[in-house]
Amino acid sequence: MGSNFQEGIIYQTMNKTAVKHTVKINYDMCKGCGLCIAYCTKKVLKESEHLNKAGYHYAEPDDTAQCSGCMICTLVCPEVVIEVYDE
Amino acid sequence: MNKVFMSGNHTFAESAIRAGCRCYFGYPITPQNELGEYMANHMRKAGGVFIQSESETAAINMVIGAAATGTRAMTSSSSPGISLKQEGISFLAGFELPAVIVNVMRGGPGLGNIAPAQGDYFQATRGGGHGDYRTPVFAPASVQEIADLTAHAFNVADRYRTPVMLLSDGMMGQMKEPVVFSEPVTDFPEKEWALKGRGDGPSRYLCSLILDALEMERHNWKLVRKYEEIEKNEVKYEEYMIDDAEIVVIAYGTTARIAKGAIKRVRKDGVRAGMIRPISLWPFPKKLLNNLASRVRQFVVFEMSTGQMLEDVQIALEGKADITFHGRPGGTVPTPIEFARIIYREYQKTVKKEK
Amino acid sequence: MKLKNPWPRYYKKDVVTHYCPGCGHGIVHRLVAEVLEEMDLGKRAICVNPAGCAVLAYLYFDFDVIESAHGRGTAIATGVKRSRPDLFVFTYQGDGDLSAIGTAETIHSANRGENITVIFINNAVYGMTGGQLAPTTLIDMKTTTTPAGRDPKYDGYPVHITDVVAQFPGVAYAERVAVDGPAGIRKTRKAIANAFQTQVDGLGYSIVEVLSPCPTNWKLTPVDSFKWITEVMTTEYPIGVLTDKRSKKE
Repeated sequence: MGSNFQEGIIYQTMNKTAVKHTVKINYDMCKGCGLCIAYCTKKVLKESEHLNKAGYHYAEPDDTAQCSGCMICTLVCPEVVIEVYDE
Repeated sequence: MNKVFMSGNHTFAESAIRAGCRCYFGYPITPQNELGEYMANHMRKAGGVFIQSESETAAINMVIGAAATGTRAMTSSSSPGISLKQEGISFLAGFELPAVIVNVMRGGPGLGNIAPAQGDYFQATRGGGHGDYRTPVFAPASVQEIADLTAHAFNVADRYRTPVMLLSDGMMGQMKEPVVFSEPVTDFPEKEWALKGRGDGPSRYLCSLILDALEMERHNWKLVRKYEEIEKNEVKYEEYMIDDAEIVVIAYGTTARIAKGAIKRVRKDGVRAGMIRPISLWPFPKKLLNNLASRVRQFVVFEMSTGQMLEDVQIALEGKADITFHGRPGGTVPTPIEFARIIYREYQKTVKKEK
Repeated sequence: MKLKNPWPRYYKKDVVTHYCPGCGHGIVHRLVAEVLEEMDLGKRAICVNPAGCAVLAYLYFDFDVIESAHGRGTAIATGVKRSRPDLFVFTYQGDGDLSAIGTAETIHSANRGENITVIFINNAVYGMTGGQLAPTTLIDMKTTTTPAGRDPKYDGYPVHITDVVAQFPGVAYAERVAVDGPAGIRKTRKAIANAFQTQVDGLGYSIVEVLSPCPTNWKLTPVDSFKWITEVMTTEYPIGVLTDKRSKKE
């Protein structure tokens, strides 16, 4: 991915083995289309107040919500700028 | 290979296959239908591809696809069909892909007729499609020369990575003459530029879209350097009774054949006439004519059109000599007597008077 | 930290596409790259993509591409595939390209049953040139050349080219899918895989029509564009497999 990644949010699954998921977004290459935000089942993502170099309000992970690792954001993203990690 | 008796259209096809052409795409149009029919009967046997496409436009684009993989590819048509191929030929030039396009000319413009004519000269030699490009154009004047020039066209196309046009006409396509073919070509130039899938290497692409104007300009000048090379190396012409000629005919293809008859005729009446027959219409033999004009005062241009090669002659001679033009457009075919009278009259009017 | 979605191997990295925010091309490009990787076809793949919004696909696809004149994609693909049957050849074309200027090429490459795959992006407008009427523009739909909405009296009816070619014996597989949400995108990926497999098995022509969002020219947000496809566009262009003659061709 691009160099300037922001740290995502950790998700605690229900079962004992704590599978944490981290969402990382390449803010510079996001075009703020909002699809990932709309279709994220856990409402992890929100539109940033900040603008990237191209002048888009990029999507960024919301600190409080939890990511389930369902990958829908990566499915709907037209710019391939979202990465989801398992701990 | 011994001598066979074959039509021009069949000879285009046979010579192409022998030259290693392995993809032919064409569409029926008189007077060159027999070319495609020959391919239908022989290309697959030679291990190649024959498709009768849905249009001449589709055919030239199929040639682009085959050429892109490094395959020797050809299409053929007649005047109206060649107009439909111009976009594709411009793309071939932009892509820098080799290909051979045969135009068996007929009367025009519009639907015209199926009789032989030479009205597509401008279209062929001035880059008939859009954009800044030229295409080498060779004009055979006999069935044997069709065989030789077809093989030559494939070599020139590969050598310079350019579409090459063979310009003949309905008479030459239909006419049968004895012809001797050279042996089939088996070793071909390695084309590392051809697309063959990236394999383990980097991906590559062939595109003629260059959005950056400066880059496009660089590409245009690169093509010009190629055309200068072609102009330097690929000029072809025939000199006929030139050494003592005081009046020189300039004609190509079928018209040149007729002019030879006229020249023999006037020679009997003591008229020292000769002919330059351009075989490469582009690059045109400009230097040759210009040098000749220092000695010869009178030129006669014969065309089966209203005068198109005429302009190249005018450019080449730079006003150093008089030019008389006599053309028969629309598919009418002039006779040797008709040409002889004109040569004789011009000779009396100019060359004789000066003496 | 294990990355769940590694970068698609046949998609160029760190290249910002020229596509508008929410454009369907970006999604379908990724799906094509992913399926090529999954089926290990990238090494011998050649994409022929004509002029249209996706004309610059060669800047994004990381496999060999030939850019084609508008409408001539399937003719060029025919030349490539016939001259090199061992290559994996597919076109990536827009609706105007495929069902307006390239209609004859589309119909006849399908009728010849060329063993190629056609990825047909149907976004109901001419995107690259600024949102004009396309053959697939819906009735009453406003475009820059149907300012009052498409009126059949002047502009004819939406063209169903995929349904037409689906009738041809040479067409082994034809499906229409929609990039209108996660489920639709998954179905699109499956359809592309089926079509690619059709070619790999040598069963003849395969075509996937993808209803694709064009927020800029539809004057909708990306999210609303997805909804518009689901609620409106699919009424004119229903989703589903239009023909599947693969078993018959085994």
